[in-house]
Amino acid sequence: MTFSPQLEARFEELLRSCPPGHKRSALIPMLLYAQDEVGAVTQEVVEEITRRLGLKTMEADEVVTYYSMLRRKPAGKYHIQICTNISCMLTGGLELWEHARKKLGIGNHEVTPDGLFSLEEVECIGACSWAPAILVNYDFHHKVTPEAFDRLIDTLRKLS
Amino acid sequence: MSGMLYNEPSPLEVKVLTRRFGLESPVRIDTYLATGGYQAFQKALKMKPEEIIEEVKASNLRGRGGAGFPTGMKWGFVPRHSPKPKYIVANGDEGEPGTCKDRLLMENDPHQLLEGMMIAAVAVGAQAGYIYIRGEFRKCLETVEQAIGEARERGYLGKNILGSGFDFDMFTRTGAGSYECGEESALLESLEGKRGVPRIRPPFPAVVGAFGCPTVLNNVETFCAVPHIINDGGAAFALLGTPRNGGTRLFCLSGHINRPGVYELPMGFNLLRMIEEVGGGIRGGKKLKAVIPGGSSCPVLKAEECDIAMDFDTLAKAKSMLGSGGVIVMDEDTCMVKAAMRILSFYAHESCGWCVPCREGTTWLKKLLVRFHAGEGSRGDIDLIAEVARNMLGRTFCPLGDAAAMPAMAFVEKFRDEFEAHAEGEPCPFEPSPREVLAR
Repeated sequence: MTFSPQLEARFEELLRSCPPGHKRSALIPMLLYAQDEVGAVTQEVVEEITRRLGLKTMEADEVVTYYSMLRRKPAGKYHIQICTNISCMLTGGLELWEHARKKLGIGNHEVTPDGLFSLEEVECIGACSWAPAILVNYDFHHKVTPEAFDRLIDTLRKLS
Repeated sequence: MSGMLYNEPSPLEVKVLTRRFGLESPVRIDTYLATGGYQAFQKALKMKPEEIIEEVKASNLRGRGGAGFPTGMKWGFVPRHSPKPKYIVANGDEGEPGTCKDRLLMENDPHQLLEGMMIAAVAVGAQAGYIYIRGEFRKCLETVEQAIGEARERGYLGKNILGSGFDFDMFTRTGAGSYECGEESALLESLEGKRGVPRIRPPFPAVVGAFGCPTVLNNVETFCAVPHIINDGGAAFALLGTPRNGGTRLFCLSGHINRPGVYELPMGFNLLRMIEEVGGGIRGGKKLKAVIPGGSSCPVLKAEECDIAMDFDTLAKAKSMLGSGGVIVMDEDTCMVKAAMRILSFYAHESCGWCVPCREGTTWLKKLLVRFHAGEGSRGDIDLIAEVARNMLGRTFCPLGDAAAMPAMAFVEKFRDEFEAHAEGEPCPFEPSPREVLAR
């Protein structure tokens, strides 16, 4: 399979950064960067990357099943991750999580029928002082009220 | 490109590591160089390795990731004359609930982190450095990569750096979602492209670390302190804090306070004063009930225990920990059973499953606490929580088991009355009809 020239350049840089005999060190970043482009860590992605690194597909499967960000099936165009860990919980994170499920009509790890949004309840994302916090793909949103959440969803809908 | 600050600074702050925060384009190398950047590295290139390590020892800098191990001593364990390559690894896998400082340091002053790592490289004779950043921090990773690119272009990284004959280069590694990878040995496994399970120690990473080679592995904030220690001297840095607890630290205030935020304060700053004067007191004029002083692994303090100096030794004496600087403040309306339940659900989710006492223990603690909060616990379960936790302590390869057991024990011991109030079918006094709170 082929990747974009940007991704290939990134892979090359990663491989250069591995000490001799330790190409496997590039595995996790390659899987995640490939997922960003392809949408999921498909069997094809696993086969291509393990071929390049000289690994067994099982060695990539072990990694995919361990790391929570790596997924076999695509998420929505906007993957919304809501933290409900302690600092967010104290400031309305659970209420926000419930609100988001109702607003989008989907549950944890589900995708809206139009493929636009997916939801995930996540553990601490490192924004505790500006809680409750969410991530939309790789963008942080801080101090998110249910009203702010609705505005964000409406904005993202219009963008699409 | 401007920096990313999410709260107003406090006039009580002592800005050492955060001194460039708020400058225009703080992430660019020109800003860094114009404000004294890379001078410490140039100084270090002319110092003997032992002199650098002595300076770090004199600074009383202790690991900012949570364990508080003396940094200079850690560097001193690296066998300098080993024929193997040596590595410097920065732990930017910030994941301890309550902690949000390393992202700020990387987003606002990435060159400071690079310079700290370069000085460590000179001190132990390392040839490459890796900055491991949690997967969710992609924007932050891009900022750090841009900084590495700039440093290479200007000759601060690469071959024969600034004509010194010293070669060193740096790279990033993204994580992909795992709290356990913030633990040093699991991080090294992840850096090598494997599942993040811990390694048995000894050997410690200083001797057998990344790729089987001697490795200095420190938290991002720890490395960020190093340029200041070399510039101003270890003694000056030590004097900012309390005895054996040198310097300042980034405290992350969260929870029920008026001005939550990340603030750089001297080690030993009084916790009550931090809540009142830096954080603006408890939200809505409520009373303080409890504080988790250093991230969710640290045993909770009751309000009456909070008149305390925030340094490693004082908190250890109070049977808690300074941890990673995440100060989680809870007001009088907080249900401590629910707080304990949420924290233990986290550890059950993040236990890597390698060690049975942790894998089983965290899951049982979560189940017990969920049952309790739903009013389905019995009085006997209160002691069972403490017993399960006690049986995890010290029985695992890495500290995740302890990190779950210690807060569980403290919640039960200090707030037993709240557990009793929930037992035998009684509804939660703080939330009469508990909602379904655990979707996963």
